[in-house]
Amino acid sequence: MDAARLSGGGVVNAVVDKPGAADVWRWLDDVPDPEIPVLSVNDLGIVRAVDVEQDGVVVTVTPTYSGCPATSAIALSIEEALHRRGVSAVRVRSRVSPPWTTDWISPAGREKLRAYGIAPPEGAACAGAAVRNAPKECPRCGSAKVEEVSRFGSTPCKAAYRCADCLEPFDYFKRF
Amino acid sequence: MGDNALILGQRVSAWCGHAPALEEDIAMANVGLDLIGQAKMWLTLAGEAEGKGRSADDLAFLRDTRDFQNALLVEQPNGDYGQTLMRQFLFDAWHLPMLKGLSRSTDSRVAGIAEKSAKEAVYHLDRSSDLVIRLGDGTGESRAKMQAALERLLPFARELTAADPMDDEIAACGLGPALADIARNFEATVAAVTADATLTLSSAPARTGGKAGRHTEAFVSLIAEMQWMQRAYPGAAW
Repeated sequence: MDAARLSGGGVVNAVVDKPGAADVWRWLDDVPDPEIPVLSVNDLGIVRAVDVEQDGVVVTVTPTYSGCPATSAIALSIEEALHRRGVSAVRVRSRVSPPWTTDWISPAGREKLRAYGIAPPEGAACAGAAVRNAPKECPRCGSAKVEEVSRFGSTPCKAAYRCADCLEPFDYFKRF
Repeated sequence: MGDNALILGQRVSAWCGHAPALEEDIAMANVGLDLIGQAKMWLTLAGEAEGKGRSADDLAFLRDTRDFQNALLVEQPNGDYGQTLMRQFLFDAWHLPMLKGLSRSTDSRVAGIAEKSAKEAVYHLDRSSDLVIRLGDGTGESRAKMQAALERLLPFARELTAADPMDDEIAACGLGPALADIARNFEATVAAVTADATLTLSSAPARTGGKAGRHTEAFVSLIAEMQWMQRAYPGAAW
């Protein structure tokens, strides 16, 4: 199935019962995170598996934070995106283990975050990593003079920071 | 684990829109959200293990007070902000080592939920320790409030590390850690943080009952508020 041909707006797609897993992965590049829409679910690293089974496509997703309110919205967006591609039977499954980590945010995703005004997570979140972590620089002016305003931000995954040079407030995507 | 997270999440969420500073309001809401999310995972697992088809929502909204097994600490009223922060710190000081212990459970479902939740609890403990130290080692008034909160809440917190026969059985079969180990870890954290906070620590014994379903009076109104919607409009959903 030619994904490019199907991406045209307003086209009613034929029913595709058996897409390839690689097609599904590519289609998921177009499914945004509802809280940070510049990131796709693939950029965020929350899609753990795509299985094309007898009775449809199963997409396995892991939550970022346990109580993230976006989780059910993400499942719905994935179902809708695959329906639009003509896949009639879609199931989104949740998997908790191994737990999601910011290490799974793609390099492209980190650049998109920075361009969007959110400082990407610093360092690897491996076991034993220090709790305290801070953005390397202001995502707007690049100054290293940043100060923490609040350890929790507008969503569980972010902290609130301020740049001492350009004086702009900004979000930091916490290492997790 | 599910009831502790649910009830503290419910208590903490009451600060949303009322906390003394915007940053604290946001932090409280985020911590509450983590706890409610963790409660959902634990209670979903509890419902599956029970095998009677009860969902996390059924367990949260349709049980009576005697059926809740949360420790008395988490149902204590929010009180002043010092009391809320001390309750959070004492809970976090138990929660993190408990979750780390459970992440080595012989049951992979328990281990998975615990490993996920522990990552969140690391941030909770970091924040609550920091604030207990700042307010304890703060002004005369803030110190007095933190000292009063510590004295009031520490006996309730020690219920979390007091093993009953079921805790011993859980440890014996490898489902969870030995509470004696958790108690050592908890007491060490509390001693270190309260020392930095210039607070006086007592050896008051545990006040127990919550894990056996015997709750304090404040719990009844908490449950009434949390459950009224499902009680008044059974099955209501959006």
